[in-house]
Amino acid sequence: MTKFEKTSSFSRRSLLLGGGALVVSVGAAVSLDTVMSIGKAYAQGAMLGAKPPLTPDQLSSYIAVNADGSVAAYFGKMDMGHGLKVAIGQIVADELDVAFKSVKVIMADTAVTVNQGGASGSSGIQEGGKQMRMAAAEARRVLVEMAAGLLSVPADKLGVNDGVVSANDDKSKRISYPQMIGGKYFNVQLDWNKKFGNPLYAPGKAQPKKPSEHKIVGQSIKREDVAPKVFAQENFVTDVKVPGMVHGRMIRPPIAGATPMKVDVSAIKSIPGVQVAWNRAFLGLVADTEWGAIQAAEKLKVEWSPDRPPFPNQATLYDHIRKAPVRKAQVEKQNGNIEEAFKTAAKIVEAEYEWPFQSHASMGPACALIEIKGDQVTCWSGTQKSHYLQQGLAATLNVPLDNVRVIWAMGPGSYGRNDADDCAHDAAVLAHAIGKPVRLQYMRDQGTGWDPKGPASIHKARAALDASGKVVAYEFTSKAFPRVDVNSNGSKPWDTLAGQTIGVELKSGDGFGVPAESYAFDNKKLSWETIAPLLDRASPLRTSHLRDPVGPQIHFASESFMDELAAAVNADPTEFRLRHIKEPRDVAVIKAAAEKAKWDTRPSPRKDQTGSKVSGRGIAYSLRNGTRVAVIAEVDVDRSSGKIWARKFTVAHDCGQIINPDGLVKCIEGNIVQGVSRTLWEEVKFDNKSVTSVDWVSYPILDITETPGEVDVVLINHPEIPSSGAGEPSIRPVAAAIANAIYDATGVRIRRVPFSPDRVKAALS
Amino acid sequence: MVQKFTLNINGETHTVDADPDMPLLYALRNDVGLNNPHFGCGLAQCGACTVHLDGQPTRSCITPLSAVGEAKIVTLAGLGTPEKPHPLQTAYIEEQVPQCGYCINGWLMTAAAFLRDKKKPTEAEIKDALSGLKCRCGTHISILKAVKRAAEMMG
Repeated sequence: MTKFEKTSSFSRRSLLLGGGALVVSVGAAVSLDTVMSIGKAYAQGAMLGAKPPLTPDQLSSYIAVNADGSVAAYFGKMDMGHGLKVAIGQIVADELDVAFKSVKVIMADTAVTVNQGGASGSSGIQEGGKQMRMAAAEARRVLVEMAAGLLSVPADKLGVNDGVVSANDDKSKRISYPQMIGGKYFNVQLDWNKKFGNPLYAPGKAQPKKPSEHKIVGQSIKREDVAPKVFAQENFVTDVKVPGMVHGRMIRPPIAGATPMKVDVSAIKSIPGVQVAWNRAFLGLVADTEWGAIQAAEKLKVEWSPDRPPFPNQATLYDHIRKAPVRKAQVEKQNGNIEEAFKTAAKIVEAEYEWPFQSHASMGPACALIEIKGDQVTCWSGTQKSHYLQQGLAATLNVPLDNVRVIWAMGPGSYGRNDADDCAHDAAVLAHAIGKPVRLQYMRDQGTGWDPKGPASIHKARAALDASGKVVAYEFTSKAFPRVDVNSNGSKPWDTLAGQTIGVELKSGDGFGVPAESYAFDNKKLSWETIAPLLDRASPLRTSHLRDPVGPQIHFASESFMDELAAAVNADPTEFRLRHIKEPRDVAVIKAAAEKAKWDTRPSPRKDQTGSKVSGRGIAYSLRNGTRVAVIAEVDVDRSSGKIWARKFTVAHDCGQIINPDGLVKCIEGNIVQGVSRTLWEEVKFDNKSVTSVDWVSYPILDITETPGEVDVVLINHPEIPSSGAGEPSIRPVAAAIANAIYDATGVRIRRVPFSPDRVKAALS
Repeated sequence: MVQKFTLNINGETHTVDADPDMPLLYALRNDVGLNNPHFGCGLAQCGACTVHLDGQPTRSCITPLSAVGEAKIVTLAGLGTPEKPHPLQTAYIEEQVPQCGYCINGWLMTAAAFLRDKKKPTEAEIKDALSGLKCRCGTHISILKAVKRAAEMMG
């Protein structure tokens, strides 16, 4: 069974086909005619063919009630494995007063959901959940109002339990949701803010429940998608098949930017079904079988244009960034007068930090399936942004937007704008050229070598301290490749390899970021500068969003630097931070982490250790769109081998209201472990021709033998504060916490990521 | 040069016509129609394609069909079912281990063989047995908890 069939079993079609005539409860004090007249105002039936449009201003675009009482929650985002689906189900169930199990969340299929932005910026609950809560609240309001008419009881004298509305003082006066609207669409207009994507917001007239009224929100309900994964029953995007499908593979140039001059198919002619699609620098092929396509891609003889290798020697990467002309500079935050304050300094501290290109290195290379039937296009993709991919495919294939349907299916990992959107566009070009449905999966070297990369950067920090050890001036500047050479979604051909290889000019975006913290320095300036990409065409070093885009690099620098300042005035690193922070929630996370970790108050480094094996602890803290995180790392350093073991992490996390505590802990654990991996191991390698880190040997990630022994999470719940995100904030301070712990253990400051054994050993010797 | 292969997969016999050099992975996925195991790297570096051949964890992405012979093949789907789960599957659900879950074959199939042969393993022994497998979502801490839990269940 394909994912499509599985999805459609709960699609609108079955929703409508399952709908029956309205039934009134026995004893209800209204006639059928009355029911119909009241119902018509709010509900539209399948029989009439009256389907509200799939637009953000329709309640039916988010919520529907089936004839059997189950509730469909149509969600324009998706769960990449953090348990967002269960959290949305909890929010909807609570607001609607139905059982959690009766809610089915249907995610990110463009045929049944509106563009809520996809998986983006840790906004699943922060923005997506907010909208689903308002929609569910409005659905409840409408249903209670319908019931008021049907039961002849004022709405404020009615209560709802498990989808049944009844009179507070006479429980025999009752009617269920499905009796009122089961199998029919809501016909209710919402007050849409006319925005798409993350900021989409369309409340109704209803007020959502007070946090104190939540019964399901706040519970640690388990994910329903774990068992199917464990029993090999889940269909990933890689598993979708359609009749007549052929298998595709792409061919990438040995020198980035090169174009095929001559393609010789003589060696692959005998492979069943083989066909080559070549258009300028786009070169792909299909075969009847996957193995056939893999062999054909290996055997195809291509003569490439003799391009000059485009990249600098990797050893000169940071010099390149330093010397490159600034393309755009921006001061994002400024208060006081930096230069005047520096003149008063008792002590000035300066430091510079470096972060490499990093890869998404998803567990499997991207896969997509494109089926073109007449003028209708269907795409199955593990994309993070199906509605934007829909736009991109419409543009690439030159068909109207409504003719394209993107069905999201779980991909092999994600972590930002990985190779999924490129793969979908490549598959579309292949399918269009070949005239058959094409399932394309990249090979490992293409997944790790050619995914968009997290940008390499350097960060300069400078601070003035007065005689009391207080920071009186602070300046932080990043100089880097842009945050996005290709946009974080595949909505424009120029943001995809397919578009770029066919000749659409790359439109590299400018932008970076600054530290997110609340240090109350009297004179402060935070800014960034961007430089041009290394290649103005399809490039394996083009940049885009990698989990917590530019957050880990910026906060590695800014929070390492806070430790350097503390050390400069012989202060305890936690106490030094608290000295400069006034924001109560920020103070609370730092104190909570320190208390849980039994923080030993003293300046770094430790002075009581000898021998080759030493240990230390370090703290770092950061903000991200309303979420506060403090992380304490405890590390062991083997001075003789340079090997670091980040043994234990204590994380205090405040994201406002917590929807599902256990799910949140798991999400934080993943952030921490991936953060350790990026800090200790990950660095894209390249020579002057192309990227050379193309598999798990050349692009190593954390091994289970190096995994932290413990991640101790302190959740700070604020039910009264709307939820902010959790998908990324806790990866942000990890690198600095480790760097600070290494300094505590050894007295040596490491300012370049990754902290691989060779680099640590060299730094220590 | 297509040949006929008779494969014993999860207790059932399947016949596959394919190139003897074709890795077992593609026969399982495309010819037999099993959606697990997964293609992760094709280089035996990650484990996402792991199956048991006569009880031994084997990377099906580099195992040519010609090398399978009459070995009994067990995939994750053959390890246990919702009705009769393997202790590791029970423990994985209890600990809510996977995030994306694409890597799951490697960990479960490798750990299943390890726990069959090694009773009451230490944490260091578990880590050593699972070393080299990849999980990009960073669920390693939960993986260790689940394997320890399964080890206890298996006595």
